[in-house]
Amino acid sequence: MKILSEKGVQRLLSVTAFSAISALALIALFIFIEGLPFLFKYGIKDFLLSSEWNPEAGKFGIYPMIASSFWVMLGAMLVGAPLGIAGAIFLAEFAPKTVMHIVKPAIELLAAVPSVIYGFIGVVVLAPIIRDVFGGPGLSVLAGAIILGIMILPTIISISIDSILAVPTSFREGSLALGATTWQTIHMLTFRAAKSGIIASIILGMGRAIGETMAVIMVTGNAVKIPNSALDSARTLTANIALEMNYATGMHREALFATGVVLFIVIIFLNSIASVAIRKKVIKK
Amino acid sequence: MRIPPKYTQIGAIAILGAASVLTVAILIFIIVFVLQKGLPILSINFLFTNPSDMGRSGGILPILIGTILLPLLAIIIAAPLGIGTSVYLAEFTSESRVTRLIRFGTDCLAGVPSIIFGLFGFIFFVTILGMGWSIMSGGLSLAFMVLPTIIRTSEEAIRSVPKAYREVSFSLGATRWQTVRKVILPNALPGIVTGVILGIGRSIEETAVVIFTAGSSLLIPTSVFDSTRTMAVHFYILAREGLSMENAYGTAAALIIAVLIVNLSAYLLMHRFIAKRN
Repeated sequence: MKILSEKGVQRLLSVTAFSAISALALIALFIFIEGLPFLFKYGIKDFLLSSEWNPEAGKFGIYPMIASSFWVMLGAMLVGAPLGIAGAIFLAEFAPKTVMHIVKPAIELLAAVPSVIYGFIGVVVLAPIIRDVFGGPGLSVLAGAIILGIMILPTIISISIDSILAVPTSFREGSLALGATTWQTIHMLTFRAAKSGIIASIILGMGRAIGETMAVIMVTGNAVKIPNSALDSARTLTANIALEMNYATGMHREALFATGVVLFIVIIFLNSIASVAIRKKVIKK
Repeated sequence: MRIPPKYTQIGAIAILGAASVLTVAILIFIIVFVLQKGLPILSINFLFTNPSDMGRSGGILPILIGTILLPLLAIIIAAPLGIGTSVYLAEFTSESRVTRLIRFGTDCLAGVPSIIFGLFGFIFFVTILGMGWSIMSGGLSLAFMVLPTIIRTSEEAIRSVPKAYREVSFSLGATRWQTVRKVILPNALPGIVTGVILGIGRSIEETAVVIFTAGSSLLIPTSVFDSTRTMAVHFYILAREGLSMENAYGTAAALIIAVLIVNLSAYLLMHRFIAKRN
């Protein structure tokens, strides 16, 4: 009995194959339909560069949110990138297989912890420590940076490990045969050969940090102003959307969708760079 | 002065090792912290009674139901699409501009932040298609979100089926579809199921998408067009609005345990799959 013919199946599968790209296109389409008209009506320059966000008065400047997103992301990279790359090098080059078998699933589990739990830990554990040690309100750019830095660790570690392991073993053997120590081999050779993959992991980490919402809402304090120091409260682009979407109407809602447009463009841009960097590595291989 | 290579080697191992230890320590701290505070509250009674007074007291029965229904619906929608995509990419086509486009789309979709899925679901499913805040809107939005996870994991599983299997099947006169159905899918099944389980995990963990598309009703849903809330959303609302710290911790513990079970079963399944291959 033949339920599906060969040709029919192939056609059906080729249709499903476009599901992901259609989903992406659909999402872009509707976010843009809702957000773009506002951008042109209000003026792109005013929207992006004005510092006044006051929906009741019809003022929609998202510069403070852009600045906040940038600083929180940068802080997260300063925490997450060194820690993640160091962990990846250790696991790929030094750690015995048994250690790898314990640590790798643990890192994957770190990616599975819900962002609300991270946010909560940030509020009840991290923020009080920051308040006691450095002063300030506690819920701050610094708290956001540390929590996000931890949240992006799995992204950075797993992609970096893959790109380090993709460096041919013969490279290492050559270096070791010349009398170099493992560490010399790593920082003079393996690390350089794996560079594009490691950079891709950092860029993807940046994307995750900018896009994260729930944890950030909980730990950064959400004040609408340009943060002057790491201990200041800040409101990111994502937090701005999530906090006000519930009650926003009219222009206000359009402004939030326009914020979504900005976010979407930044994320797609970062992903494109990362995707090029990863592909380069594959071609070289 | 140059530091002798012997010492840089020892120093490097110490520093890099410390970074790994710290990563694992953070994970253990989070799990222990949540379980320590939440386990005393978590009980059969807590899981299976209705909440009262906005969740200030009582249990989480409707939330438990929502946490099962939403990911389930998301997977029912996303799994056929995702597995179909991966079969097509791995078996029915060769690398071309089209497959590169599909892969790029999948990568980008994987990077789209959850708040964007939430905004999209809100405007498209909830508002334009008129589904309201409902399990249907939420399930569809979550399906979009987990699609890349399923595509990637199952494509990897399908590609790991040895070439010889295909050659034998073709040499016996089987068509491509027969080979896929009888040889490749059964052999790649554990890997594909792992992808599906990870997709369920992603849906359970999600908060932003669910709040915007499924709402936050505390009633037991009677149809897919009813609003509902998941444990992640319930925890967020309880903790943020300071309704009840006790119930928040209880919910967090249930959530962490669910995440642990889902990911552990995905890991064990994948482990056995790889062990069998080698």
